[in-house]
Amino acid sequence: MKILVPIKRVVDYNVKIRVKADQSGVELANIKMAMNPFDEIAVEEAVRLKEAGTATEVVAFSAGVAQCQETLRTAMAIGADRGILAETDVDLQPLAVAKLLKAVVDKEQPRLVILGKQAIDDDSNQTGQMLAALLGWPQATFASKVEVSGDSVRVTREIDGGLETLALPLPAVITTDLRLNEPRYATLPNIMKAKKKPLETLKPADLGVDVTPRLTTLKVVEPAKRSAGVLVADVAQLVEKLKNEAKVI
Amino acid sequence: MSTYIAPVKDMLFAMNELAGLQDIVTLPGNEEVSIDLVEVILDEAGKFATEVVDPLNPVGDRQGNKWKDGVVTTADGFKEAYASFCETGWNGMPASTEFGGQGLPVTVSTAVLEMWKSASISFSLCQMLTLGAVEAIAHHGSDELKATYLPNMVSGKWTGTMNLTEPQAGSDLAAIRSKAEPRGDGTYAITGTKIFITWGEHDMAENIVHLVLARLPDAPPGVKGISLFIAPKFLVNADGSLGERNDLICASIEHKMGIHGSATAVMSFGDKGGATGYLVGEPNRGLEYMFTMMNHARLNVGLEGVGVSERSYQHALAYARDRIQGKIIGDKSGEKKPILHHPDVRRMLMDMKSRTEAGRAIAYYVAGCMDRAKSSPDADVRKTNQTRLELLTPVVKGWCTENAQGITWNGVQVHGGMGFIEETGASQYMRDARIITIYEGTTAIQANDLIGRKTAKEGGKSMQALLADITATRAALNATGNPALAALADSLGGGIAALGEATNWLLATYDANPQAAAAGSVPFLKLTGIVVGGWLMARSAQVAAGRLDGADGDFYKAKLGTASYFAQHVMPEANAYRDAIVNGAESVLALEEALF
Repeated sequence: MKILVPIKRVVDYNVKIRVKADQSGVELANIKMAMNPFDEIAVEEAVRLKEAGTATEVVAFSAGVAQCQETLRTAMAIGADRGILAETDVDLQPLAVAKLLKAVVDKEQPRLVILGKQAIDDDSNQTGQMLAALLGWPQATFASKVEVSGDSVRVTREIDGGLETLALPLPAVITTDLRLNEPRYATLPNIMKAKKKPLETLKPADLGVDVTPRLTTLKVVEPAKRSAGVLVADVAQLVEKLKNEAKVI
Repeated sequence: MSTYIAPVKDMLFAMNELAGLQDIVTLPGNEEVSIDLVEVILDEAGKFATEVVDPLNPVGDRQGNKWKDGVVTTADGFKEAYASFCETGWNGMPASTEFGGQGLPVTVSTAVLEMWKSASISFSLCQMLTLGAVEAIAHHGSDELKATYLPNMVSGKWTGTMNLTEPQAGSDLAAIRSKAEPRGDGTYAITGTKIFITWGEHDMAENIVHLVLARLPDAPPGVKGISLFIAPKFLVNADGSLGERNDLICASIEHKMGIHGSATAVMSFGDKGGATGYLVGEPNRGLEYMFTMMNHARLNVGLEGVGVSERSYQHALAYARDRIQGKIIGDKSGEKKPILHHPDVRRMLMDMKSRTEAGRAIAYYVAGCMDRAKSSPDADVRKTNQTRLELLTPVVKGWCTENAQGITWNGVQVHGGMGFIEETGASQYMRDARIITIYEGTTAIQANDLIGRKTAKEGGKSMQALLADITATRAALNATGNPALAALADSLGGGIAALGEATNWLLATYDANPQAAAAGSVPFLKLTGIVVGGWLMARSAQVAAGRLDGADGDFYKAKLGTASYFAQHVMPEANAYRDAIVNGAESVLALEEALF
């Protein structure tokens, strides 16, 4: 079984994000970039499935600027067998990525696509769902446990108030949540070996996809500062405030 | 608390533009290495430093190590982090492939080592001591010793130590008294007490391989009578398994000003008659063997200066961006702004940033010299680079560690009153940095090496060659016609003159009045550091000036601005040092002992 793992290059989660003075986006100059943490979990899960003998090949895919090659090398250092990059300088939005992925799936014919539930830069949480719709495949999002047996997969997913278990026929799309696994650190010998693994670079046009943005960002601003709290005298006052001030009940 | 982010872009810049990484990857033996591989290695090492090592640092500082009946327990998390450090292969990275390392160029391992040192000097010392011991055994040990010890030390399963210092033998190792008696079976019975043994005892590895300097019964007195021995904590059986406990024990650990995370042990050898030791190399050549590792060891301690400076800067910068306090002078908006907007806070941050980058520049430049001196197919290139690295090694060690004092001191100052409160974590870097001008040869010992063996005793040829290179850069900057670069050339010109004059004075004085020369030795080392630092900053600026319009324009703009700060604020110190060296020896030596 072949597994496709789409990964995104984002600002490293350890970096404190600052909005650009002109509000056109966030500061990216001299900022450390890294693999989206949810995608790292996806790579780890795919590699574990391969190590368990369930999967035969793990293909990592990324779309974006040329430096995404480094992110693909990281995936290969963790254990992906090869990488594909759809290289473009265009600002990619979820639908465009889902279309690119659809084209790659058509070409590569994986039985499973595992990707992060969202990317920590725009928090869209859309690509996996859009891809499943484009492919007409079943999807299981926010996975905290994945068990493949034969032609189906059982996925435990985290929902409000508990866990839900789904059984899906393959092929399928799975998006990962934080508790699915704890990704390993790539070992230095594997980083060296990753250099020799194949990495194919394409253009979106080679996949027949138009990636022109459909959405326009008007401005980016810091979240509003939290105002100071107040001590309430009793429960009645709390209920009154929740009802009339916060308007949440 | 801030989080350490490895400055990968700055590191790559220094590696590519100053150390000459493009050429280094083409040298024989580096066939497996390419620039994009180096980028991935730095990214992954940076991730490990950020996520695993950096969070340990304050824990080690607060908890320290615990000693009970000869057993040392490390602070929470050290054992697990060390295991992961070894599993991922970072421990053995700089070692040769023959014993399980990756044999990467020094330039590459230097950048990675800087990260461990930024994240935690305490943690990084275990690897540094182990690899130092590996190098000594690899160069001077028998094939049997190599096969018995090296693979497990490179993998990190066993760690290594250097047992040199004794209570009466610190900087002066000739005073060593520890004894080694031949037992007649090829082994030796070692007795004596060693102090200041970094990672001398701990619970992170199953065995500790002590390298011990001791005297044979018939050894001549002084430095020519010291031999090098291996004395493992557990003896190793013929099949490689661990045997009985050797007769050596950690008698206590020190209470220190900093680097609390690493145990500094008092080691007692032979309380029950003699610890079993194995001779490394030939008798009476121990000190000479230690000196063969000195260039690497000194470069690595210089890197501690760069690493802790970078960490302290990042910590102070994070605070300066967040902390809102006071009206900003000349700001009419009336808005409350972070202290980063205060001119004096900016001055402190610029000082920290520019000196850290200059230190990194020198350290990586010397690492590049090491790679070329070792692997270049051209004998002339090997020789010039060997000479240059010999000249600058005491400068890397002395200048980068001395600089770290002021940088980490400013790191506290930027925090204001909160810097004095342990909770902010700013003072740990200052306390940890305090040892680095002392161990592996104090600044005075580095300076003594620089003025004596590296300058006066060879007629100043290496220094003149260096000054010629710096002068060529100055001319190249002027030739660009770019006013910003011409200003850097002017500043550099002042430095060239100061260092040239001080060198001439030194050459004229060293033999005639050695006390006067020694009185100016540390100022001479600092002067050299400033001029070489300014030279490399100017070279960086020249590269950056041509890339301001590219994709990373802001990065290069910052490089240019940082070089200008160095030229305007640090380089002027060169003249003051020149004056102190040339005119100041008399007052250093004037007072009779009774007048102090």
